[in-house]
Amino acid sequence: MKSSVIVFPGSNCDRDIASALEKMQFKNQMVWHKETSLPKSDLIVIPGGFSYGDYLRSGAIAGKSLIIDEVIKFANSGCLVLGICNGFQILTETGLLKGTLLRNKNLKFINRDVNIKVVNNKTKFTSKYNLNQILKINIAHNEGNYFTDPNHLNILEKENLIALKYCNENGEVDEQSNPNGSLKNIAGIFNSKKNILGMMPHPERMVDQLVSNTDGVNLFNSLLN
Amino acid sequence: MKFSVTVTLKKDVLDPQGKVVQNTLLDMGMHNLKSIRQGKFFEIEVQETDPKIGEKKVNEMCEKLLVNLIIEDYKINKI
Repeated sequence: MKSSVIVFPGSNCDRDIASALEKMQFKNQMVWHKETSLPKSDLIVIPGGFSYGDYLRSGAIAGKSLIIDEVIKFANSGCLVLGICNGFQILTETGLLKGTLLRNKNLKFINRDVNIKVVNNKTKFTSKYNLNQILKINIAHNEGNYFTDPNHLNILEKENLIALKYCNENGEVDEQSNPNGSLKNIAGIFNSKKNILGMMPHPERMVDQLVSNTDGVNLFNSLLN
Repeated sequence: MKFSVTVTLKKDVLDPQGKVVQNTLLDMGMHNLKSIRQGKFFEIEVQETDPKIGEKKVNEMCEKLLVNLIIEDYKINKI
């Protein structure tokens, strides 16, 4: 399986995701944002970081970069796109995913491991997880507070487009387990075709027992399937 | 020709920064304060002589990049 990781000035999780992909046997290539064509890929990853220093709004400038037109074409043709953290913010700025990520409700940058729950496991990104499986995954963001209009929220719920929700260690989704104020504890969403996933937690940081845990491994295994 | 653009969060979007500034001012004794919403300000110069066309261009800039229409409102003024 071939993957491409898009790199912007200010991306800082690009090498982490590349090494996670390679560990999981993807053939990965890095693509600089000024490129105007994508190498042949089965999966495009937009990594975490602070592209363009979060100027204007997180992801706003990266969302207008040269390579993004190609990513949009790739996504619209049904190919797989994964946006992690800043990558999720960039995907909302391009319009590939609806809604937006506001500043965390407590106005603090949050960097810690949180519990999240797999809400939909019938997708190419999550098929190797059990439904409602609880994962412990790191989050590190200042703008992770997912917001969208009531109409779209309704569609997300009805069409099962919520991928992941913040929860406590027993899997209960409540206000105490919501780190950033996200609507309905949303940690990740799909587009309507479910070929695009945007998520705030960092699965690439959870692929090695030595440094953390292996709760992120099955996301990559699902994609390989 | 110069325009100013003021961008604010929509009424029903929580503005935690504005809230913190408001609470601090209240703590400082500014008891007449009713509410604060924090926003962004752009000063934009365009090469154009017709104010209508100038405003149209600034409007396009707002819609395409400067403003996130899901959460923000904006006002354009000629200066």
